[in-house]
Amino acid sequence: MENKEVKKSFLSAQVDLSKFNAGNFEKATDDEKRQQDVMGESTTFLKDGLRRLRKNPLAMGSIVVLVAIILVILVAPHIVPYSYDEVITVNGQRDKTMTNLSFMCYSDKELAYMEETGEDLFPHIFGTDGLGRDYFIRVIYGTRVSLAVGIVAAIMVVLIGIVYGSVAGYFGGKVDLIMMRIVDIIYSLPDMLIIILMSVVLKEVLQGKLVGTVLDRLGTNMISMFIVFGLLYWVSMARLIRGQILTIKNNEYVLAAKCIGTSNRKILTSHILPNCLSVIIITTALQIPSAIFTESYLSFLGLGVSIPLSSLGSLANDARAGMQSYPARLVIPAVIICLIVLALNLLGDGLRDAFDTKLD
Amino acid sequence: MSEEKYLLEVEHLKQYFPVKEGFSKVPLKAVDDVSFAIKPGETLGLVGESGCGKTTVGRTLLRLYQPTAGRITFDGEVLFDSEKKIDVDMQLYRKKMQMVFQDPYSSLDPRMTVEDIIGEPLDVHKLYSSKAERRDKILSLMETVGLNAEHAMRYAHEFSGGQRQRIGIARALAVNPKFIVCDEPVSALDVSIQAQVVNMFEELQEKLGIAYLFIAHDLLVVRHISDRIAVMYLGHIMEIADSDELNENPIHPYTHSLLSAVPIPDPNIARQSKRIILEGDVPSPLKMPSGCPFRTRCPYAQEDCAKVMPALKEVSPGHSVACHHIEDISRIKKGVLLN
Repeated sequence: MENKEVKKSFLSAQVDLSKFNAGNFEKATDDEKRQQDVMGESTTFLKDGLRRLRKNPLAMGSIVVLVAIILVILVAPHIVPYSYDEVITVNGQRDKTMTNLSFMCYSDKELAYMEETGEDLFPHIFGTDGLGRDYFIRVIYGTRVSLAVGIVAAIMVVLIGIVYGSVAGYFGGKVDLIMMRIVDIIYSLPDMLIIILMSVVLKEVLQGKLVGTVLDRLGTNMISMFIVFGLLYWVSMARLIRGQILTIKNNEYVLAAKCIGTSNRKILTSHILPNCLSVIIITTALQIPSAIFTESYLSFLGLGVSIPLSSLGSLANDARAGMQSYPARLVIPAVIICLIVLALNLLGDGLRDAFDTKLD
Repeated sequence: MSEEKYLLEVEHLKQYFPVKEGFSKVPLKAVDDVSFAIKPGETLGLVGESGCGKTTVGRTLLRLYQPTAGRITFDGEVLFDSEKKIDVDMQLYRKKMQMVFQDPYSSLDPRMTVEDIIGEPLDVHKLYSSKAERRDKILSLMETVGLNAEHAMRYAHEFSGGQRQRIGIARALAVNPKFIVCDEPVSALDVSIQAQVVNMFEELQEKLGIAYLFIAHDLLVVRHISDRIAVMYLGHIMEIADSDELNENPIHPYTHSLLSAVPIPDPNIARQSKRIILEGDVPSPLKMPSGCPFRTRCPYAQEDCAKVMPALKEVSPGHSVACHHIEDISRIKKGVLLN
């Protein structure tokens, strides 16, 4: 077909190019060309997720609450001059009016002492307990223990779960079958019963062997709880990771890595695990409150930390006796447990929304 | 021509996958007795409908799957021989044989920058001595496939399908391979982008002398890029011939029907041409028909087709067909033409 000259309609708004010649046009300079390149900021997965997290008021509120709690429990023991196991004395003398003090109150002897010397004693912010110990510092230490237990247990669960789950998921087949049946068996064991039995056995075995270590202060109950966490609680994590890896390993980029000649270990660590990182972060955040909760109700049952160390659960348990007269002593640890667990749960949810791109 | 040395030779390759059926395990014959050879710098097109085992052939060649039986020879070295029990460690050959994947969206790790994706084969095979050399190599690879050097620090999700496929190609080229399996590299792309990518494959072949096994279900694309074409059906190669020869003189009834399904751009000609529509469904690879796998849908099938699987027979130099009734079919075809 020949290129026919099309007659221009007089209504057409098209620019008539025949009126122009080459002189009418000017070549764009390099600078002008560059103006056309619109380059968005290159974002990484992490930046993108954090940006979304920052928009979530609940998650940000939770972070603020958690940071505040952590700051207080880190700083407070350096400011408050009392110790968690110290019965308050004035000039080395005990005082009957020292026990069961209310908020910000002083005992008779303390008042007399302050009047005599003109020196200001540090107030008992939450009052004192039935033995005359400063309740505020006990709550601080209780929160420390509870959070530490939660974080350590969660890390343990996550580590074991990742290793076990990724091996089972990646190698699949018979390996997977056997490993997952073991998980099923462990899943069916009653965890409470094992914690109780374990703490009884460990008490016998470890008697006097731990003196002077941190573990001694925590007590055999806590050690058995850690052991049981390590033995039993990783199974749900392992299942989750395995499921993730089963889906990720079927992606073509894993096949491409195999085709390149990347070793199995490298494929796991550099391709598969980074891609289920969001799930790992989220479940860790959700695992901490569950560990704190377990510790709290074990302590409440009297299976938790050994006296005189406190945890939020054991504080609540101690307060049970005077529930009617001194309800604040039960309410304070309960509220702190609620705050921590709620904040971590909300943060976990926020992290999932921000990092789990599958929901987009 | 057949005296020339082959780069890759595949003989009687079989790939069965065990599939559970109740309590017993049944082999799924994804690839059953496939033989072909590729010369250096040549492109062999592999066509067939979905599920016929094209991709499996490609992946088995690269030993991403352990072949059930057969013999693979690459560059004069036997990589796998089920009879002589030769099973070479592939790590050395990963540098010489590479693969470009079908889906540019799932074949790139979303957590890696382009630089790391292209650099991964360099890392694995330690193909550089300094960080600067690594970067130079990556940038020159990006240039080869037509990507901007500024894109090196970006993530795969920031690119379009065509660009992503270029990244995948750059990754395959990073080790300087002699042979690339292209597993439907353009089927996930738009037609205009397909042309760009196919042309790039051709340019790269000219420049670097790479041989391709080009897997596709689009006959037009395969016809454009391939020197020779093999037609697969249910794990068997039915016909193999030079690209033009297959186009002008198809013999196997399955090839006929495939060719008649190629869309014709001119509607006037399209209206006159007759489409051969096959009847029935593709049989399940778990319950393969006896004898010739195509007999259940073949318009020329006779009793003896059910007994023996026809072997590939050379009808003219370089043109082989697996069919018992080649003469009958060509006679009938001529009759049709005379009428």
